[in-house]
This record gives sequence, structure tokens and C-alpha cells, in this order.
Amino acid sequence: MPVFPLSAPEPMHIPDGFLSAVVSIVLWLLSILVIAYSLKRVNQDLGERQVPLMGVVAAAIFAGQMLNFTVVGGTSGHLMGAALATILLGPWAAMLVMTTVVSVQALIFQDGGLLVLGANIFNMGVIGVAVSYFVYLSIQRLAGGKSWGIFTGGFLAAWASIFVASLAVALELAFSGTSPANLAIPAMAGIHALIGIGEGLVTAGALAMIYATRPDLLRADRQKQAGGAALWVVGLIIALALAIASPLASAYPDGLVRIAKQRGFLEAAQGPVYQIIPGYILPGISNEALATILAGIIGTLIVFGIAAAVAYSKRNRKTVQN
Amino acid sequence: MHVHFLDPYRSGHSTIHQLDARIKFVLAVAFIFITALTPIAAWPVYILLFALAISVEVLSELGVGFVLRRAVLALPFILAALPVIFTIAGPALFSLSIGPWTLTATIPGIERFVSIALKSWISVQVAIVLATSTPFPDLLVAMRAVHVPRLLVAIFGLMWRYLFVFADEALRLIRARTARSGEADLAGLKAGGSLLWRARIAGGMAGNLFLRAFERSDRIYMAMVARGYDGEVRAAPLPHLRPVDWVILTVALTSLLSLLIFAFLFWG
Repeated sequence: MPVFPLSAPEPMHIPDGFLSAVVSIVLWLLSILVIAYSLKRVNQDLGERQVPLMGVVAAAIFAGQMLNFTVVGGTSGHLMGAALATILLGPWAAMLVMTTVVSVQALIFQDGGLLVLGANIFNMGVIGVAVSYFVYLSIQRLAGGKSWGIFTGGFLAAWASIFVASLAVALELAFSGTSPANLAIPAMAGIHALIGIGEGLVTAGALAMIYATRPDLLRADRQKQAGGAALWVVGLIIALALAIASPLASAYPDGLVRIAKQRGFLEAAQGPVYQIIPGYILPGISNEALATILAGIIGTLIVFGIAAAVAYSKRNRKTVQN
Repeated sequence: MHVHFLDPYRSGHSTIHQLDARIKFVLAVAFIFITALTPIAAWPVYILLFALAISVEVLSELGVGFVLRRAVLALPFILAALPVIFTIAGPALFSLSIGPWTLTATIPGIERFVSIALKSWISVQVAIVLATSTPFPDLLVAMRAVHVPRLLVAIFGLMWRYLFVFADEALRLIRARTARSGEADLAGLKAGGSLLWRARIAGGMAGNLFLRAFERSDRIYMAMVARGYDGEVRAAPLPHLRPVDWVILTVALTSLLSLLIFAFLFWG
């Protein structure tokens, strides 16, 4: 029996031991709230069909993660699937599907821990889906129903879901005192900016295949009905908040620790509060911080630009209709 | 019974196998929680926790080596905690010069790094014992017992049931791709096409898998309706816990809690 890499160890699934108990519990509570709400919404939208559809699609995503492709040397890319699920099922159902996938991975394959499962669900299920939804819907509206919107939107949604979720992982690690923010955030962001390209390409490829065979599954009105404007705004806020918070935290890691200390995040079993050693000099650290902030600002501007463009195009369409 | 290579469950008749899944589930989560709460550098407590984990592995008759080998899987993540060695203030232990940078490892930094690595390693062992000694349907019962919403448990159950079907389907897709693109097991021979092409092919396979999932879920839904499914998830009432299960639960939770208090008294 050939042994396939079931779950290539990737830096997205946090194992137990890496997040402090407080961070884990806060993210559990957030995830539980979102899951409860999605269960309600999906029950309204899909009714009795939801159990078979969610369960089978979750199984397909899990299996889809086995489909890897060689990138370079021994490394290979594979799918996380949050964006694809969001585009095909709508955001609420996608959150449930990702919750199911991430939970089973943790419970059965120890891909991600049990106590930190709430955090993993939050990163991949909630953040990944909300950001995908925001990006995909924005691009779709920009494209005005043309088919390039589906593929470009799919690619960018998939890339953004990976990238923003990785920022969340880095911030959580920094809050837990596991990894210093000024190293964890640029490292995670850099790696996942690349991994995200793989996710984007596979997602676009999958959408092209589905568009050729079942275009009805990609009709533009499906996602709009399913999510609504509120979630679009939530996706925007998450993307913005993380794009701003990460370069800040990365530039002022001790500031993050100060916040963490004030909020009592660190004292739970965290021992000494870390500081940057005075004698620990990184030549060019100011440049590095500057670069990260610049990247954050550029990202934020792009997001703002998209948001403004969407608002503008929507207004235009309304005036035309009137 | 069909045994799939993905299913981690190893059947057996050990004490751990026979323990009620609900008790196992709650105790495993409690153990991991206590491990997470244990202060940094409380070495004697780590040793006790590790000893507990090892005893459970021995009791489960799964083989300590088997569990330890699987536990290595979670280790690559430790890279994320590596910088902590150099960024915590404290007495310096050694310095590394990499080009223009000088990294100074400190004792508190190393203590924190080793603590994180140990905590993670011990926790994952317990999770492995839980998954390998408990059939998944029993875990579903445990989830119901701790009030995971019934709908979500039903979705988990259905996912589990079709996981193997889709894993096999994915393997068939991979085999077909290997056959078509003439991938040989020779060093230096590239699997065909450019990176973009490979990604598009993988994408097409994923899309294929999705479509099959949609269509299969329709058929499953029809089959469920034909058998009287009306959207209500019904499940058999949970079996009662035996008095001995309650005793085990209380004793284990109390000892875990006292271990934590001990840790905080001396190292907190």
C-alpha cells in the first residue's frame, strides 16, 4: 500500500502546546458562537438537505487535500479548500464544512491539537471563509457577471484566505508568547504568500473544471443570497484588522506583549514576559519593520481600493437601473 | 469489516480500549488542558505528565514505540517556537554569529522553547491514544455527551462514513494522473508540464471530486428520504455510565487537578 502524505505538516494547523490556555479558550468561544449561528443559517437555507450535503462535501475536501502537485524540489502544494467551499456552498455552509474538516483532522489524525482546535477552526473556518467571501464577492461585482470574475475572484479569494489566516496564526502565537511577533509575522506571511499562490491556482483550476461542466453551480446570485452584506463587511474588517495589526505588532513586539499583559493574556502559565534583549541587535531591523508596515499599507490600500470600486460600481448600476 | 488504511483505530481489548469513550474523551481533553496550563520550566511536572502518558500507552497495549513514532508528526511546527530561544532576556548561554547577525541564546529562552516542545509532544501522544483506541462512532457518542450540537455530530458522522469513499476516489484520480503524465520512478525525471499546468491539473481533479460529492450527496439525500428522513436527526439515547466509570473520571480529574496545583505552588 503506497503511503500518501495524508496531511503534509503545514504551518496552518497549530498543535497543542503552542497557544496559551487563555488564547485557546477565547478562540474556542468565538468559534462556538460562529458555528452556532452558521448552523442556524444553514438550517434555514438548506433545511433537511444540509446533513448529507455538508458531510459529503467535507469528506471531499478532506480527500481533495490529498491531491498534491509538485512545486519545486521535494515541496508540493495542496488544497486547504476554504475558498472553494465558500464559492460553491456559500459562506455559512462553508464554515460548517471547514469546521468539520478541521475537527476530524485534529481528532483522528492529530493534524492540529484538541485544545487549540477552536483556534484552528477560527483561522481556517471563520477567517478563511469570511475573507474568501469578501474577496470573491468583490471581484465578482467588479467583473459584473463576466466569467473572468469567477477565476480571478477564485484565485484571489484563495490566496487571501491563506494569507490572512496565516497572519492570524502568527498573531496568536505571538500573543501566547510562543513566537516573537517581529519574526513570526514576516515569516508566516512570507511563506503563506507563496503557499497561497498554489492554493489560488488549484482553486482556479477547480473552478474552471466546474464552470465547464456545471456552470449552474457558479451562478452569481447564489453567494449573494447565502451571505448578505453583513458578512461581506465582516470579511473586510477581518482582512483590514489583520493587515493593520500584524505590521504594527511586528514592528512593536513589546507593545503586543504590553497589551497581552494588560489583558492578563500572558500570566496564565506563561512565566517570564519576554523582552527584546538590549544587546540583541539586528542590522536593518528598522528597515525590516518599515518594509512590513509598507506591505501592510499597500495591502490595506488595495483592499480599500477594491471596496471603493465595488461601492462605486454598485452605485453606477443603481443609477442605470433608475 | 472493511478496514481502510486511513482509519487510525487499532482494535484491542486493553483497559484503555474498554474504557467508555466519553470518559476517555473528557480525560484526554482535560489532560491536554492541564498540560497547557502548566508553567514554563516546571520540569518535575512535565516528567509526571509524560509518565502518565506513557502509562496510558502501556495500558492501551498499542505499543509505546508506535505512539512515539506517530507523535513525531507534529514536531515540524516546533520551528515556529525556535526564535524564542534568542528573544527572551536573561543570562546568556551561547552566541551564534550568522553573517552580520549575532544571536544570543539565553537560559530562559531555552527553557521556554524546551517547555513548548515537551508540552506539545506529550499532548499529541494522548490525542493519538484517544484516536487509536476509540472507534470513531464512539467518539461521536462522546461528542453528543458533551453537548456538541446534534446536527454537527450528524455531519461529522456522515463525513466519516464517506471519507474513505472519497479518499479512494482521490487515490484513483492520482493514479490516473500518474499513468497519463508518464511519471516514472526515476531520479531526475520530471513529472510533465509547467508548474501552472500541474496546478491546473490538480485543480481539475479537485473540481472533479467536488462535483462527484455534490452528485453523491443528492443520491444520499434521496436514499435518506426514501427511508423516512425528515430533517430531524434522531439518535439512540446515550447509554448510562457505570458507577466504576464515574469513579475513574473523578479520580483521574482530581489527580490531574492536584498535579496542576502542585505545579503552580512550586513553579507558578
